[in-house]
Amino acid sequence: MANKHVNAIVVGAGAGGGVVAKELSVAGMSVVLFERGGWANYDDHDQDELFSQRTTVLGNAYGPDNIRYKRVRMWSEGEKTIVLPNEGGYGNNAACVGSGTVSYGAMAWRFMPEDFKMKSTYGPVEGSTLEDWPISYEDLEPCYEKAEWEIGVAGDDSLNPFAPPRRKPRPMPPFEHNKEAQLLQATAKRLGWYPFPIPMLRNSIPYGGRPQCYRIRGCVGFACPVNAKCGTHNTVIPVAIATGNCELRINCVVSEINVNNSGNITGVTYFDEKNKKQTQTADIVVVAGSATETARLLLNSKSSFFPAGIGNENDWVGRNLQDHAYCGAAGIFDYELYDDKGPGASIAISDFNHHNPGIVGGGVICNEFNALPYLFTGIRPPGSARWGAEHKKFQRENYKRIGRVQGPYQEMPSFEARVDVDNEVRDFWGIPVCRISGRASIKDAEGTAFMADKAEKWLLEAGAIQTWKTGVVTGERPAGGGQHQAGTCRMGNDPKTSVCDKFGRVHSTPNLFVADGSLHVTNGGFNPALTIMALGYWVGGHIAGEWQKGNRFK
Amino acid sequence: MKETVYSRRKFIKSLSIGVGSLLLLPKCTFEKTSSWRFFTNEEGLLVDAIVEQIIPTDEWPGAKDAMVTNFIDKQLVGPYARHQEIYRNSLSAIQIACRNAFNKKFEELDWDKQTSFLISLEKNEIVSKMIDKSATHGNAISDADKKFIENWLKGNFFNLIRNHTMQGFYGSPRHGGNYKFVSYRMIGLDPYPIMGQNRYKASSNG
Repeated sequence: MANKHVNAIVVGAGAGGGVVAKELSVAGMSVVLFERGGWANYDDHDQDELFSQRTTVLGNAYGPDNIRYKRVRMWSEGEKTIVLPNEGGYGNNAACVGSGTVSYGAMAWRFMPEDFKMKSTYGPVEGSTLEDWPISYEDLEPCYEKAEWEIGVAGDDSLNPFAPPRRKPRPMPPFEHNKEAQLLQATAKRLGWYPFPIPMLRNSIPYGGRPQCYRIRGCVGFACPVNAKCGTHNTVIPVAIATGNCELRINCVVSEINVNNSGNITGVTYFDEKNKKQTQTADIVVVAGSATETARLLLNSKSSFFPAGIGNENDWVGRNLQDHAYCGAAGIFDYELYDDKGPGASIAISDFNHHNPGIVGGGVICNEFNALPYLFTGIRPPGSARWGAEHKKFQRENYKRIGRVQGPYQEMPSFEARVDVDNEVRDFWGIPVCRISGRASIKDAEGTAFMADKAEKWLLEAGAIQTWKTGVVTGERPAGGGQHQAGTCRMGNDPKTSVCDKFGRVHSTPNLFVADGSLHVTNGGFNPALTIMALGYWVGGHIAGEWQKGNRFK
Repeated sequence: MKETVYSRRKFIKSLSIGVGSLLLLPKCTFEKTSSWRFFTNEEGLLVDAIVEQIIPTDEWPGAKDAMVTNFIDKQLVGPYARHQEIYRNSLSAIQIACRNAFNKKFEELDWDKQTSFLISLEKNEIVSKMIDKSATHGNAISDADKKFIENWLKGNFFNLIRNHTMQGFYGSPRHGGNYKFVSYRMIGLDPYPIMGQNRYKASSNG
C-alpha cells in the first residue's frame, strides 16, 4: 500500500526539524516528520554516567547505537579508521525525537550581530572560507524570540552590555547561581568584566505545562526526569502532532531524496521500522539531519540530474564542517566550591566574543557543567598522576575543589574540513556512511590561547591555588563534527560558493530545503542550539508564508 | 585477603539468585569452572591485581573490593566484546613477561615490583626491560615470547585497562563495579536519586 502524498516531508526531528514541522503543520500543510530513532526515555539510563550522551563509553543513551551505525574518519591523509557512534571521533548527536535537545546542556544563546558578519567585521582570513551570512541578526531576531517563547528560555540580559538587541524579554527569570558562580561573579566584576546568568532552555519556573527544574547533578547528557528541560520533543513536536496535520514517523531512516527528470524533488526513499524500503512523496522536502547527516543524505542522492549529489554542482556540499574549539582553564581551590546544584554551568561573560586585539572573533566564557566522577578522572593538572594512590587521593581531595571555566571559540571555517560519503563502508541499511576528513583552520591557535588566558585570569583572581589551561590549539588538528557540528550546506547569495539560498532552499532545486546547523556560514562563539531552532522558524516560516500565498515551489 | 575472596563469592552467589539460571547453566553444560563471564579464574586473579594497582586500597576500598574486575568482565561480554582479544592476549603476555623476568606471576610480585612493572608498561618499555632482566638472570627470553609480548603489550593495553578501571570504580553500580557507591562515598557525593518508573533498578547490582 502506497503512502499518501503530503505537502511536506521533514527529515530529522531535532532542533531544526521539530520547529519546521510545527511551523508547516500549524499553517495547514500536511507533514510527515521522519526520525531515525524513537522517543527517549529517562528511565532507561537514570544518572548512568557511563551510558549517557555526554560520556558514552558504554554507548549513547539515546542513540545512535553501535550495531547499526558507523562512520569513517580520515585522521590523516590516507589513514582510514572506522569509528563507532560511542567513540570520540564519531560526533554523536542523539538519535531520538528531539535529538540533542533532549539531552543537551540547554544553553540558549543568541548569536551576536557580528557573528553574522564575520568577514566584513574582520576582513578575509588566510586559508579560511570566512564569509558573511546572507541574513543579519535583525532578520533572525523575531525567530530567536519565537524560539525563546515557544520552547522556553530562562534568562535576563540586563547585566550583559554585550547582549544583542531584543524586542521582548525572555519568558522566564534566570536561575540562581551555584556557589562556584557566586564566587566567579564577584571576581569578574573586580576584573572589570560583566558577568551574567547563562540563558537556559530549562524551566526556572513552571512553564509550558511542565514543572520547574530541580537542579539535578547529572543534567547535561541526560533526558530530564521531570521534563523541566525544554526541547523540541516536549514543545513544538507535540504541537505539530496536535494540529492533526503532522504524522511523526519514528524509527525510519531516510536513505535518499528522490528526483524526477526535470530536477524537481518528488519525495524520499526510507527504511521503515521493520527495515522495509518505502517511498514517501511530497511537494517539498526539508532536510534537518544535522551538519553531518544532512550533507550525507544530499551526497547519497545521486541521479542523472545530480550526478555528484543534490546541490553539489560546485563541490560545496559537506565542506566547511565546523565545530567549536573549546578552551579555558581549571583551578584548584583550598576549599570546597561544589554545592551539588546542577547542572553546574551558571555564569558567563561575553566580554571576549568580539573585537579582541589580534584575534578574529572569540567566544563566550562560562563556568563548566558538573563533571561526574568518571569524567573527573580526566581532569587534573598536566603531568600529575593518572593512576595509583596519588591519583585516587587527587580525586578524593579535589572533586569538590576544582573550578572550571571555558568557552566555545568560534572556529574559522576551512574548505578542507569536510563530510563526504564512503561507498565502500555502509551502515546496517546498506547506505554509504559519512566520511569526515580534513583539517580545522590553523588560525584557531591564537584565538584559543587568548580565551584560555582570560579564563585562567578569572580563576586566579578568584583565589585558585593552582591553575592550568585547557583546550589551547597548538598545531594541526582534525576537522570537528562534534555535537556543535555546522556549516556543511552553507547559505549564501552566490550559488557558486554556497549550497542554499538565504531561506535554506538548495540553489539548484525549486523544492528542497535545509533547516539545521548545516546552514551556518560561521558557527558563532556560542553553543548553537537556539540559533538552529531560530533557523527552523526562519526556514519553516518562509515556506509556510509562501505556501499560504499559493507558491507551490515548482 | 580471605574476606575479599568471600565477598566476591558472596556476590556471585547473590547474582545466581537473580539471574543464575541464565548465567550459570550454560557454564555447567560446558563444564567451565571459571567464576567469571569472560575471564578464566587465573585471569581474574591477574586483573584483580592490576586494577588494585591502578586504584589501590587506602583508607577507602580499592578497585578490587569495588568489584572493578566484575565490571570489566561484564563489559567484555557486552559493549566491550571488541576488546576480548586484546585482553586475552595482553594478560597472557604480562604473565609471560613476568615469568621470564621474575619467574613469578604478576600477582605474586611485591607491590612495588608490580607498580614498576605497570609503569614500564605505561611507558611502553616492557620489551626492552625484559631483555635487560633476562640478561642479568642469564636466561635469554625466547624469540617467540619476545614477539608475543611485543605484539600485545606495545599498544595501548595499559591505557585501556586504566580507563576501564576508572569506569568501573567511578561509574554507575548498575554496570557491576563501584560496589555500594564506594567512589561516590569517598568523594563525598550522595548516591543519585533513582527517579522515574523503573525504581527497581536501584537494587540491581549485577
